[in-house]
Amino acid sequence: MDLGPLALSLQIATVATLLAAAIGVGLATLLANVRFPGRDLVDVVVTAPIVLPPTVLGYYLLVSVGRRSFIGHAFEAIFGSPIVFTRTGAVLAATVGALPLVVKSGRAALEGVDATLIRAARTLGAGAGRAFLTVQLPLAARGIIAALMLAFARSLGDFGITLMVAGDIPGETQTASLAIYDAIQEHRDQAALVMVVALTAIAVAILYTVNKLAPGGRDGR
Amino acid sequence: MVAEGARNGGKRGSATLHVDVRVAHGEGFALDVRFDAAPGVTVLFGPSGSGKSTTLAAIAGLARPTSGRIALGEETWFDAASRVDVPVHKRAVAFVFQSLALFPHMTAAQNIAYGMHRDLDREAKRKRALALLERLRVAPLADRKPATFSGGEAQRVALARALATEPRVVLLDEPFSALDRELRVDLVGDLREFVRELDVPVLFVTHHRQEARALGQRVVVLDRGRVERVGTVDELGGGGRDMSFDETPLDPDGMMRR
Repeated sequence: MDLGPLALSLQIATVATLLAAAIGVGLATLLANVRFPGRDLVDVVVTAPIVLPPTVLGYYLLVSVGRRSFIGHAFEAIFGSPIVFTRTGAVLAATVGALPLVVKSGRAALEGVDATLIRAARTLGAGAGRAFLTVQLPLAARGIIAALMLAFARSLGDFGITLMVAGDIPGETQTASLAIYDAIQEHRDQAALVMVVALTAIAVAILYTVNKLAPGGRDGR
Repeated sequence: MVAEGARNGGKRGSATLHVDVRVAHGEGFALDVRFDAAPGVTVLFGPSGSGKSTTLAAIAGLARPTSGRIALGEETWFDAASRVDVPVHKRAVAFVFQSLALFPHMTAAQNIAYGMHRDLDREAKRKRALALLERLRVAPLADRKPATFSGGEAQRVALARALATEPRVVLLDEPFSALDRELRVDLVGDLREFVRELDVPVLFVTHHRQEARALGQRVVVLDRGRVERVGTVDELGGGGRDMSFDETPLDPDGMMRR
């Protein structure tokens, strides 16, 4: 039984979730707390991956980070390997798919914190940064953690964007969802079933936990 | 709190708060108020929509007036003309919100320590927080979180938190409105004691004549964003519009709007 694709998926999803967390929580904070020109545009661009077909997203990524693009060229010059059709590309694909979930849910969680509490922190001598770190962020933490778990589940299951940007290279970019497709094509039903069950179990476990974290579930405050 | 009263005694006390602000709204002004508040309690009275909360927010630096000036003694906090706008957290204003706004993820002691001076270490902050809780007769709450407080307890903790910051101005936005009468009288007594020690301007928004009477003599009546009159509680006590200074108005807004 080859569990390589599953391990690779978990690995890629972990890195992608960390990246999406760093970028996504930052963007969510910006969108929730700062009024700046073009805010709505940023919101649309960041959340577009939810509604765009994976192939369309993959196309955009190929164009922007392909070997002949500026970014792709620079990356290859620095790290000696291209982004596309490598593990880096697979991570990028998973990150892009997961990012909107972090931004949308993260923003909602941050905006859901009672503004009076933040005002109270400010009148108690806290600068904007301290009020954010000690009041807004801790109170939004449950929502943000839930968002990150969804992001992990999303990156674990990505198919379309990964296929477009990273291909389906066994041992390199062939994640579990791609391997399932290949296994079915090649009538290796047993192999497909194992990975189907594994991915389902992980996804269900994550959703169950997320629901527990959601407001309305008992919180331990 | 009592002992530390003199910590920055040079800056504290006896400065009068000057408020002269306008907030534009369409053609005219949503708010156009001018009054002084000397150390001690000044009651701010008016129906909702009269500009009380906006006035407090402007003084605290939570809202920016369109024009005008806010100063404490010689120190300018806001001046539209010279573009002075001291940020909220540098104004040393204690604000007790109507909703109290206790931090739900912190214990009573942590809530109270939040606004204390940076130079104090953890131990010192906790000691002071406990002393304040003791003084307000809610010492057992120290390590409990706000979700477990009764209305009166939450009020006392909120008061302690505001006063722990060594404020130079105290703003209270109907802080006791949710309490029953007996508790209110109790808390007003505590507040009065603190205010006497603080010797800073205290703006108290209320529509309870009893509270106003118990706390101070000076009253600024706001209506539709304007100062309608400034006077003493006694002057405003009877007749006409001033019926709104009822003992226990159930619907002060309705009464004022007639």
